[in-house]
Order: sequence, then structure tokens, then C-alpha cells
Amino acid sequence: MLDAILVMSGLALFLGGVLGYASIRFHVQGNALVEKIDAILPQTQCAQCGFPGCRPYAEAIAEGRADINQCPPGGDANIHKLADLLGVEFKPLNASHGEPKPKSVAFIDESTCIGCTLCLQACPVDAICGAPKQMHTIIAQECTGCELCIAPCPVDCIFMIPVQENISNWKWKQPAYLKGTA
Amino acid sequence: MRALHHFNGGVHPPEHKCESTLRPIQQPPLPEKLVIPLHQHIGNSAKPLVEAGDTVLKGQMIGKAEGYVSGAIHAPTSGKILSVGHESVPHPSGLKDLCIVLEPDGLESWIDLQPLDPLNMDPSTLRNRLRDAGVVGLGGAVFPSFIKLNPGTGKRIKTLVLNGAECEPYITCDDMLMRERAREIIEGAAVMRHMLHAEEVVIGIEDNKPQAISAMREAAGQSMEVVAVPTIYPGGGAKQLIRVLTGIEVPAGERSTDLGVQCFNVATAASVHRAIRYGEPVLSRIVTVTGNVRNPGNFEALIGTPMDHLIDQTGPLEGSTGAIMGGPMMGFDLPSTAVPVVKATNCIIVKSDALFPKKPQPMPCIRCARCAESCPADLQPQELYWFAKAGNFGKAQEYALFDCIECGCCSYVCPSHIPLVQFYRYAKSEIWAQEREKKAADLARIRHDLRLERIEREKREKAERLAQKSAQAKTAENSQPEQK
Repeated sequence: MLDAILVMSGLALFLGGVLGYASIRFHVQGNALVEKIDAILPQTQCAQCGFPGCRPYAEAIAEGRADINQCPPGGDANIHKLADLLGVEFKPLNASHGEPKPKSVAFIDESTCIGCTLCLQACPVDAICGAPKQMHTIIAQECTGCELCIAPCPVDCIFMIPVQENISNWKWKQPAYLKGTA
Repeated sequence: MRALHHFNGGVHPPEHKCESTLRPIQQPPLPEKLVIPLHQHIGNSAKPLVEAGDTVLKGQMIGKAEGYVSGAIHAPTSGKILSVGHESVPHPSGLKDLCIVLEPDGLESWIDLQPLDPLNMDPSTLRNRLRDAGVVGLGGAVFPSFIKLNPGTGKRIKTLVLNGAECEPYITCDDMLMRERAREIIEGAAVMRHMLHAEEVVIGIEDNKPQAISAMREAAGQSMEVVAVPTIYPGGGAKQLIRVLTGIEVPAGERSTDLGVQCFNVATAASVHRAIRYGEPVLSRIVTVTGNVRNPGNFEALIGTPMDHLIDQTGPLEGSTGAIMGGPMMGFDLPSTAVPVVKATNCIIVKSDALFPKKPQPMPCIRCARCAESCPADLQPQELYWFAKAGNFGKAQEYALFDCIECGCCSYVCPSHIPLVQFYRYAKSEIWAQEREKKAADLARIRHDLRLERIEREKREKAERLAQKSAQAKTAENSQPEQK
């Protein structure tokens, strides 16, 4: 009887020690799930999902406040990835948040621009270069195509230009005549 | 006698090689103009060094290698630069790319050539020479050779494999090169052996090229081993040939150099020889022109020669339905033949309905797994096909999509005529695009975070300033009554 109690309490102490050590040794900083979701999101920061940026949306998904199909720039590919990550079923994009569009880059018509800096303040990735009463221009490589600069512009001088295909970004197309067959 | 190994799978398509080996390598007349693309290799485009109106000498560098993975581009003959701009290039997209257009003056006046004596020189100097001479893999992958000739610290290359297998139907440019210029190839291989400090050189040639084998054996003597390998497509794939010759199977995600083997095409060895011994950059290459033409053959074509010009030399026949660059298994349909020969152009096949009958309409996959039996990379093509078709690229990657060498055996044997390789190419380019997007997204995330941080900091600084101000105002208020 005494042996059994000693063995069991010895085991309990030992395992408790292991668990205690593991919780310190393998402690994860921050919310790992949010990081993983955020890594999948396209970082356009366009807020079409209804949250003020990709990270807030990632937090909402992690907490179960948002669905995985609210991100039009990410499209179906990202929904697949989110479904895989979270172990839930894939669902098609929720059209009420917008349709996926071809990747575009904003362009400022510099002859119309009055240098009001409103677009600078709207740009989530600081991809617009300019100063008060100075002409503004888009840094094309940094632009995510979120379109957030278009609405604030008082003179409507910002346009979206779809990114043109060239040899370095050209992609093989899916063989078309097989669509629909299994 | 070397014991040969074998790889799984492979097919035996009709060879069609005899047609173009009847004549020796021909020198085509100088074309009216040469269109020289600046992106003829894996890696970054070369940076143009000339402007319209400049006169250049034969062999003069007109495009400088940009970044580490890149190659230089040279004027294939002397003449005048007509323009530097976007022209049609041999690419499956049909899109234009930056090219230099050269009008030959017919004088063929060379630059001053600077031969090197390689066997007494440091490999690093030789690598710089190869980079400046624009030497890239001429087997079709056009990867800059100087990088492959740098084994890296701590790595030892035991075996240097020269690839003269030329397994793809129709193509005979390496065969003819080996028959006629075996000496150059062997000399080049000796330079490569010196650069890699390789213990042995093994030259693999498929046994359907007896003349090439005997020419190479004669040139190699006792110094290198020329091995006849069984004819089976794709026995000339680098990994397949290495496996046949050495028994080493290169694992997924590793390179043959990790296992002490490096592999080069025979034509690359010849251009290494010319670049080092004579100082001649890559100005031309052997191109097989065959298919629906009267006199198929091999041409030593200047880089930039319009393909039309070469096809004209062979006497095109009625009923042509376009052309393929490369072989019928791995090549691609050219959007037009009004494009230049580039360093990757090993073969131009003029198509006709008789030679290339229209493929029947694809039928559903019946899961017969003949594609899996024929796959030389030991993949499961049927699974890759499902995932690629469903757009489930992550899963395709899990099934080792990137170990696919796009040899086309699976498409060749598919009883349902499904263009399987096209699905893999599609999936690969989608994955590359996603990776590019991921990079852009990471950059955007960093910029967004920095912006939020900046806004936060500005707010804090503003609050601090306000607090400071109100504190100052308070002390002023307190001190004022005392002054009164």
C-alpha cells in the first residue's frame, strides 16, 4: 500500500516537474496562430475584409470573430491555405467583401495633383512620395494596390493601372480545353 | 568496363535523328540583321553597353552580366547597332523582350583575342573569363557555367560527367559536334577538370550515336572515359545520366555537387575550350533544323540569326504548321519563326500535320498509372495532375512537383491524351508567382508595421510636447503672482 502511494506520488512529482520545465522552455511569445494567419494574408492592408488591416483580420479569425473567406485580394488560394492551417472546410470567397481583381498599381496624374497630402496619409504602406504643396508620386514597387488613396483625393487624380504581363512575370496558363472533365 | 546502372521509367519515341545527320555542320550565309536578346540565360538580364549608331567588333561585349547569376552578351559579328529595344524573342508567351539589333558589315573584324593557358592558372581567374565570355549551359537550361565550375569551399567534385546523350528525338546538334569537333570538347573537359579538381571525367553518349562515340574515344584517349549508355528517353537528363553512369541518385532538394558529381553538356565544354584557349566568347552555336524541310541539317548559327533565315537554307516544304524550338518532348511551340536563335536554341523543328498529327481531344483520367510507370523522376504524375488541376498547389509541392523535369514521358504514354506536363508547368509558374507575391507581402507588412509605429511615435511625441507645454504654463502661472 505504502509502496503504491510512494510510486504514484513520485511519478506525479516527476511528471509535474517535466511539465513545469516544458512550459518555461517552450514558451511561445505572442499569439502564434495570429502570426501564422497573418503570414498567409496578402498584406494589401485594403480593409475590404471589414477590419482595419491584415493583422486585425488575422486576430479576428484567430478569435473566431471573422470567417476565412473575407479577403478578395488573397482569393481562393489563400482561403485554401487558411482552411488547411485552421483545419476547417474550404469555402468560396464571400462576394459581399468584393471580387478578386487583377493586380494593379496606383498612378498619380502629376499634372492634376495639388499636393494636398491626403493620399499620403491614407496609404497604409507609405508607398506615396510627396510633401505639402509638392507633387506626389507612387513608388510602384511598394504599392499593394489597396485603392485606399483613391477616395480621399479631392481632385480625382489617382488611377489604378493593372500590372502588365512581361517575360519575367509571365505564367503558363492552365490547359483550357480540359476544364470540366475529370 | 564501367558497370552501368539504370533509372526507372522512360520511353522510346521514334528518333527521327538520321534525317539531319546526313550532312556535315553547315555555315549559313550572314543574315541581313541579327537580333540579340539580352536575356539568354538563367538569372538577370545582361545590361546593354551599346547604343543605336555604335559600331561594334566581332566578339565585343554588348551586354554586361548583371548580378551574380547572369551572363555577358557579345556581338556575334562586326557591324552597326541599329537599335536597343523590345523585339520578339523565342519564348512560349510570344511577348517581346529587350534586344540589341545589329546590322553586320560583312567584314568580320575581331576584337583582340586574349588566349589563356588554363592548366597553369587559378580557377577563379578562369571563372571570371567564362562569365565575361557569356559561357552558359548549351544543353538547353542555359545556366551560367562559371557558377557550376565553383564547387564551393569544403566540397569535392570526384566525377565530372559530360553529357553527350542527346536523348530527345530530332535533335542532333551534339551528335554532329562530337563527330566533327571531339578535340574541342575533350580540351574543354580538361579545363573543367582542372577547375573542379575532379578525379575522373566520364562522357556519356547514347549508343545510337556510334560515330560520335568512336570520334570521342579517339580524341579522349586514355585520359577520359567515353561510355555508351543505352538509348532511352530521357537518358540525357542530368540526373538520369548521373544515375546511369555512377549509380548515384540525387535526392530531392539536393544537387549532384553535394554528392561529388558535376554534369555539363558537351557543347558547353567546347565553348569553354574556345573561351579559354582562344578568348572567343559564345558567338554561335550548332542548331539542328529539321522536320518538314527538304534538306534537314545542322548549322553553326550566329546568336541572333533569325530562325526564318536558317529554315530558308533547308528548303521549307509545303504544309508547314508552325515550328518548335527544342525537341518534340520538351520544346515549345514558337509563336512565330521571325525570332532569333539564342544560346538555348538547340533545335528548330518545322511542323506539319503528317509529322505532328493533331492530338486527339483529351479524355478523363482513368487512373491507369502508366504515367507513374514511365516517370524517370519516380513521381506520381496522376496525383500531381489532380492537384494542379484543382489549383491545390501546396499539395502538388508536397508530392515533389519541383522534382519534375518536364520530360513529357507521362504525357507521351497517357492513353487519355492528357497534356500532363502542361499542368505541371502551369502549377510551377503559379507557385513561383505566389512566392513573388509572398515576398511583396512581407515587404508590405514591414512597411505597414513601420508606419503604424511611426504614427504611434508621433502621437506620443505630440502628447509629450503638449504635456511639456502645459507644465510650462503651470509653472509660469505659479511664478507670475510672485513677480507681482
